[in-house]
Amino acid sequence: MSAVIENHHDEHDHGPAKGLTRWLFTTNHKDIGTLYLWFSFAMFLIGGAMAMVIRAELFQPGMQIVEPEFYNQMITLHGLIMIFGGVMPAFVGLANWLVPMMIGAPDMALPRMNNLSFWILPFAFFILLSSLFMEGGAPNFGWTFYAPLSTTYAPPSVTFFIFSVHIMGASSIMGAINVVVTIMNMRAPGVTLMKMPLFVWSWLITAYLLIAVMPVLAGAVTMMLMDIHFGTSFFNAAGGGDPVLFQHIFWFFGHPEVYIMILPAFGIVSHIIETFSRKQLFGYSSMVWAMLSIAILSFVVWAHHMFTVGLPLAAEIFFMWATMLIAVPTGVKVFNWVATMFRGSLTFETPMLFAVAFVVLFTIGGLSGLMLAIVPADFQYHDTYFVVAHFHYVLVPGAIFSIMAAVYYWIPKWSGNMYDERLGKLHFWLSFIGVNVTFFPQHFIGLAGMPRRYPDYSLVFADWNMVSSVGAFLFGFSQLLFLFIVIKTVMGGKKATDRVWEGAKGLEWTVASPAPYHTFSSPPKID
Amino acid sequence: MFFKFLNYFSKSNLLVLILLASSVINADWFALNMTRGSTDISNEVFELHMLIFWICVAIGVVVFSVMFYSMWAHTKKKNPIPAKFHENHKLEIAWTIIPFLILIAMAVPASKTLVKIYDDEAGDINIQVTGYQWKWQYRYLEDDVSFFSNLSTDLDEIYNLVPKGENYLQEVDEMVVIPAGKKVRFLITANDVIHSWWLPAFAIKQDAIPGFVNTAWTVVDKPGIYRGKCTELCGKNHGFMPIVVKVVEQAEYDDWVYSKKQEAIKLAELTTKEWTAAELVERGENIYEVNCVACHQTSGQGITGIFPALAGSDIVMNNKDRNIEILMEGVQGAAMNSFSYLSEVELAAVITYTRQSWGNAEKGDGTIVVPKDIVDYKVPKI
Repeated sequence: MSAVIENHHDEHDHGPAKGLTRWLFTTNHKDIGTLYLWFSFAMFLIGGAMAMVIRAELFQPGMQIVEPEFYNQMITLHGLIMIFGGVMPAFVGLANWLVPMMIGAPDMALPRMNNLSFWILPFAFFILLSSLFMEGGAPNFGWTFYAPLSTTYAPPSVTFFIFSVHIMGASSIMGAINVVVTIMNMRAPGVTLMKMPLFVWSWLITAYLLIAVMPVLAGAVTMMLMDIHFGTSFFNAAGGGDPVLFQHIFWFFGHPEVYIMILPAFGIVSHIIETFSRKQLFGYSSMVWAMLSIAILSFVVWAHHMFTVGLPLAAEIFFMWATMLIAVPTGVKVFNWVATMFRGSLTFETPMLFAVAFVVLFTIGGLSGLMLAIVPADFQYHDTYFVVAHFHYVLVPGAIFSIMAAVYYWIPKWSGNMYDERLGKLHFWLSFIGVNVTFFPQHFIGLAGMPRRYPDYSLVFADWNMVSSVGAFLFGFSQLLFLFIVIKTVMGGKKATDRVWEGAKGLEWTVASPAPYHTFSSPPKID
Repeated sequence: MFFKFLNYFSKSNLLVLILLASSVINADWFALNMTRGSTDISNEVFELHMLIFWICVAIGVVVFSVMFYSMWAHTKKKNPIPAKFHENHKLEIAWTIIPFLILIAMAVPASKTLVKIYDDEAGDINIQVTGYQWKWQYRYLEDDVSFFSNLSTDLDEIYNLVPKGENYLQEVDEMVVIPAGKKVRFLITANDVIHSWWLPAFAIKQDAIPGFVNTAWTVVDKPGIYRGKCTELCGKNHGFMPIVVKVVEQAEYDDWVYSKKQEAIKLAELTTKEWTAAELVERGENIYEVNCVACHQTSGQGITGIFPALAGSDIVMNNKDRNIEILMEGVQGAAMNSFSYLSEVELAAVITYTRQSWGNAEKGDGTIVVPKDIVDYKVPKI
């Protein structure tokens, strides 16, 4: 893929509109990508502030800062905001910016829907956050909102929560349809499926997962709504319903959702490792097949979140084996990254640091995931801090590190300016140390027996909890540095070249830096 | 001088120093791993945990050493011209098949242990465990013994007004007692929301789900006290409903069952006693603290928007019949459950307590509820 010709002189380029309306009415994939990214950053900081409240309360045994009731609201909102407001919109933002440029398309296929899918999101989160000020407080039943705690026993704000989840779901589905339609129809001639950059592949698969499971989530919350307001008993045992049914439906959504939050990361990290190793990715097609296998397997492993609900033996064994099977394609991906680096010509700029940390820490999270798949051992791990450590290892130094890596990697292309490498590295090291000091000790306290979602704990867990809190504050406040670096880069700095990175490959590096408002109005020529 | 200093740190001294330093800050830096179990099954689970842990460590060491070697040896400085190789089918097949075999090596022993755990024949003793917001009820099915087990840690400890005791948040007012060496089966369910009954030393974690009965069993050989916790988010006091099991020799167990039965008989006698308001209030205060305070608060003010106030409530002040009905039947669609599982005396006492406290008696009709009222309520109405 090279030899691209950009003919600007015979195009009728127009720049962005002026003022606020540019952002309100925009149908430009780059603008919408920017909106998504800033929105997710704002949510990341709000969700992060809630994590700080949680860690401050857990700094010492005893209740010091908040009441258990409010603590439960914090853990619930922290989870919901980070997942639906932080990680998912960030990946959609990256898809908006990058997918059209990577496949040589002028824009997303459905630009007006693109605008809509973004602009309903702030309302969803406004509704969710406003529940904090309602009588009875915000949702307090955990981000997994198991019935009947989230139905019969929920605060009145649960109805607003349901409405907000519906909006988030609609936004995700629209975003996903847009990505699928764009990739399927708007690839430049010569960009065949098996020539697509891996980030595009990862998003194509993610989009299908989203379209498959977001309606399931919508179904689950609608059934809750019926139970709460219309006298049905889907999840109410007293009325002949089944509380376990809720968990089956939720995790049928929830497990693919987990991969929705990691597959785009696989794509990003593959690009970055390839670039900074100055060497072709070891196995492109096996990476694609691995992602497809992971996506398909994600539909048949949901009950591994439910090993303790009293499933029959046969089901426990099936879900254990199926879950362990996921380790095979995941292993293939990790081996591929390592093999790509092997005998490459490595440099460690900030994006590469984040990508390498991703591989190591995500692998640690993957290995603890493998341990969790072992049913008899899971009886001891389930709902303890071991699980908290596990999913934070795959989500923070996993998904979130990949997003940060992506920002450092592509921001020269977006803004036309290089970020401050010294500050970038400082941000990396603070985050890397912070994340490990926070979450590594949580393995210990989990194994030693501390359940998750506890506002207070026995004295034996005190020391490692304190360490974990110190790490969390370090990680949390380091992100303000990230905010500073991003703003500084957008405001100015060393001008970026078109290619930016010595080893960068792909169509997005063939256009100017910053990328013009409209790119590839006529398709690039690809050999 | 310097050697003296070194000497000071040598061998045993160093250990003492570490121990000293850690005890100073009341440290449990060594609470790093799962503790070995107290039953055959939980030991097996522990071994399984260690096996997969070391396999994972080994995988990590292999993968990361290749990676770190590459990061050290293949930098742009040391290796300016990158190699060109990519795709190697033999290697790719190897790194698909080998993990697959390792997984089987892990899954087979895991499945075997699981089959043993699922051996679910009736036990020598069957105990029904019911989760409530936020306490556990234990019913010994063979012996007709039944009681609630509540957290006994003082609120002052939780709110840091007094130093925390050794078993902070791990102590209850009444322990589950089981005999050593007998197969005890737990039938686990819940009354309101989902809870989960976890006893790490027995490797039992079973969700307590309304409308379902899950089972788990154990044989504990060594007498002692074993502590566990609720592990499914069940509302605001999720972190405050521990589990404590006391394993005793058979003879001691028999004595305990006998004494529990005597206690029940005495309690039944109380139902027919003539009660004064003061006696009921005195008895009711404690019951209120254990059962009601979490939602309705010590002040009787509740929590605005979710848990209604009892102080100044029209029902509590003036409507005795509805007051009894709510406690017996619960409120449909709300967090207020039926408390009909309490004894007649307990119900009468706690209702009277609420009717006499917070100025309710003065502002309302001032009536009390006696155990006979509850008995009358229970008589089927024709």
